[in-house]
Amino acid sequence: MVEAFRTLKRDFAALHCAAEHWSLRYVSQDSQQLAVRKQVAEPPRFSRDQGAMLSVRVAGVEAYAATSDLSRQGLQAALERAEALARRIAPLALLDQRPLAPSSACGDQRSPGFDQPFPSLAECYQLLAAESAAVPADPRLVNWRVGLDVSCVEQLYLNNNGAELTSSQRFVYPHLSVTAYDGQDSQTRNLGGAHLGQQGGAEVIERLGLIGAAAQVADQALQLLLAPNTPTDTRDLLLMPDQMILQLHESIGHPLELDRILGDERNFAGTSFVKAGDFGQLQYGSPLLNVTFDPEVPEELASYGHDDDGSPAQRQHLIRDGLLLRPLGGALSQLRSGLPGVANSRACNWNRPPIDRMANLNIEPGQHSLEQLIGGIEHGILMASNRSWSIDDARNKFQFGCEWGQLIENGELRGVVKNPNYRGISSQFWGALKAVGDASTREVLGTPHCGKGEPNQVIRVGHATPACVFAAIDVFGGAA
Amino acid sequence: MHRSQQPSALAQFEALSQWLRDALTEGEDFCLGYSGEASDFIRFNQAKVRQAGHVQQASLDLQLIRDGRHAELQLTLSGVPQLDRQRLGSALEQLRQTLPLLQPDPYLLLNRDAWHSHSVQLQPLPDCAAVLEQIGRAAQGLDLVGFYAAGPISRGFASSAGAFGWHQASSFNFDWSLFHANGQAVKAQYAGQHWHADAFALRMQQARAQLEYLGLPPRTLAPGGYRAYLAPAALQEIVELLGWGGFSAQALAEKDSPLQRLHAGAARLSPLLHLQEQVRDSLTPGFSSEGYPRRDLQLINAGQPQEQLVSSRSAAEYGLPANGASPWESPASLVMAGGELEQTELLARLGNGLYIGNLWYLNYSDRPAARMTGMTRFASFWVEDGQIQAPLASMRFDDSLYDLLGSQLEGLTRERELSLSTSTYHQRHNGSTLLPGALLSRLTLTL
Repeated sequence: MVEAFRTLKRDFAALHCAAEHWSLRYVSQDSQQLAVRKQVAEPPRFSRDQGAMLSVRVAGVEAYAATSDLSRQGLQAALERAEALARRIAPLALLDQRPLAPSSACGDQRSPGFDQPFPSLAECYQLLAAESAAVPADPRLVNWRVGLDVSCVEQLYLNNNGAELTSSQRFVYPHLSVTAYDGQDSQTRNLGGAHLGQQGGAEVIERLGLIGAAAQVADQALQLLLAPNTPTDTRDLLLMPDQMILQLHESIGHPLELDRILGDERNFAGTSFVKAGDFGQLQYGSPLLNVTFDPEVPEELASYGHDDDGSPAQRQHLIRDGLLLRPLGGALSQLRSGLPGVANSRACNWNRPPIDRMANLNIEPGQHSLEQLIGGIEHGILMASNRSWSIDDARNKFQFGCEWGQLIENGELRGVVKNPNYRGISSQFWGALKAVGDASTREVLGTPHCGKGEPNQVIRVGHATPACVFAAIDVFGGAA
Repeated sequence: MHRSQQPSALAQFEALSQWLRDALTEGEDFCLGYSGEASDFIRFNQAKVRQAGHVQQASLDLQLIRDGRHAELQLTLSGVPQLDRQRLGSALEQLRQTLPLLQPDPYLLLNRDAWHSHSVQLQPLPDCAAVLEQIGRAAQGLDLVGFYAAGPISRGFASSAGAFGWHQASSFNFDWSLFHANGQAVKAQYAGQHWHADAFALRMQQARAQLEYLGLPPRTLAPGGYRAYLAPAALQEIVELLGWGGFSAQALAEKDSPLQRLHAGAARLSPLLHLQEQVRDSLTPGFSSEGYPRRDLQLINAGQPQEQLVSSRSAAEYGLPANGASPWESPASLVMAGGELEQTELLARLGNGLYIGNLWYLNYSDRPAARMTGMTRFASFWVEDGQIQAPLASMRFDDSLYDLLGSQLEGLTRERELSLSTSTYHQRHNGSTLLPGALLSRLTLTL
């Protein structure tokens, strides 16, 4: 990649443009997807993708052109196309970006262990085959699949203001699911709620618990098949980290995105129940709620040094002691709104422009062990592993479903229940937060599939959260 | 070679597939897919341009097969012929080194037919400056937020067996919302292959007219059961959720389908329901990315399950005939038969209840039981005595499909609406739906 970067830097320096500002963002991504389903290896899928986006600012109006032709002529042609487009849209442009100073940052970011070799294809298949074979023989287990996706992303950002940013990152996503069927109902159990993913190398596979997990996941699928439906009731709700990340993502992350608050997403992803005037004023949750934008957790999926506009990324509290402080908005959104923000202007690839995205959004740990959380619940339910999510376009009324439920009575875990669902309203739900787990209950998870934007973009986000307890939530089961 | 001197997408794909044919050694087979686009993207907020750009991209999907072993590699094309041949050669070499590491795949099924398919619908599209001018003029005084995407999309397939398919169509899709100052909004779409200024102006005028109703004080309803009319865009959300495993041969076989109880005879849908995957007259290619010609498939007939979407892998695993389904076995051009309801009598037939223009963010609350939840969104109204009374505050529903399109389905409209996909994840998608509206005797609101 060193040679590719060197060539791009040389070619970028030779580009010519009449605009006051222009930049290049090059992204190269090599990926592999491996899976074994019911002891049969599926064919491996590899991908090699590379291209560049040229952005131009003319009299405060920006436009972009993305191309996979990385020759000097190809880059020049894209630059000229972007410049022509910026001039064409100027009469109808919403924004004057002249006050926004272009980045002059230089830096390099690497995933932990990026330079260390990753296990070979044969070794990966061996691991997956062993896990697949560990699913016990039971005619009710009708499907199981274990897989490992790995993606290496290298990126270069240059602009005519002297910025030069490089990053080299490896993302590792192990996954394992088992489906059980009794002739009427079926229940599927996923390791980590299908939200396992971290930056790093081979150590991620072990750290996220894939090795040796198959038998337990299969056993839980069978337990669910025999379990009664979740009762319709009002109970204290203990959410484990692999459901907490979804709750955090949908009902704190998205509503705090500044471009939603500014109305950009109203035609697609939606708006927000949070208003610009709420920052510094709104008590978003109980005093136990502390939420950070934290790009500095090395293994978390969206840790980075600078965002895709070249703004330096650093940890910030978005919510402290329940009080809403700061939105998720990059430099442009900060300029538009006059609000503080974070470095979260991100693009999913070379062919999509940066917009405000979640990155690493975390809940800070509290004081209680898992045993203490359970012990503090008189009439409740534990839910784990998200399987269904639905929320209104202002990110307020939600209904979420989990794979795994266990009733809690008088401070003790009781029987397993299936189809656990709950519903609520974001603006009230976080106020019901009554206990936050300590660091021993915290997990670093994430997803590569957060969707937003026009044109649509699916991007990786990281979430680290402890287990949490919410008071008096409406819970219910499935139809069966 | 500069892009202006580069060959057409078809010539580029023909040259690369011929190079691959020549590079093959004894015992090797290949399948080669092509996907490309040149797209203008313009994003609007407050009736102004928020973000605009152009994306030129193309990629190949190479599958190499030998001795029952196979692997796939997707690579981005630069558009420079010599460089792209090198990339394809490098990909071929990587897959050659990979295959000996793999076990033979018992579910590998290759189409050995040397079929040919060719469809090119390249219509001239309006210059984006002209589109901007029209949108700007039509949206004067309105809070418009939306997205315009336009340009040619290309799909290709070639195989060592001699199959060759090429599909290329240019299209535009303007998808927008008009917002009232109170936060209520109406959604509209103008899409196709020929941009007509008058047709666009009419569509904008229809949306503008609906906006007037949204100025009334919104009605908040208590949870409970209500009569409801689902406009085609709302019904589209339901059938698109259903497309997530509902017709998939693998999902049905592995008990992960929301329609498994229908197939097992344990649940029923309304006899009014006829659903087809209709390839003809759609913007989708007549061949699958796996190299099978696609044909129309009757998925549901009079409420009864009929054909399934069968990929080559499912065909091999479950002993079914492959029918041109995508590897993920989702429909791409769903068509639902219309019914007897006339648009003019809709509100009268609804009487007291909900007119739902759009639904949003659907998901399953119990997938094996086909129980789903979602929100109302955009131009949804409370109706009394056949008259629109007030816009609805967003409400959540939670119902089984076997109720919604089963026992509670009173009728379908005669008139249907064609909707072209607005999805642009990774690339512009060319799927579509053609759907009527649905009158329901009961929709359960929960929050």
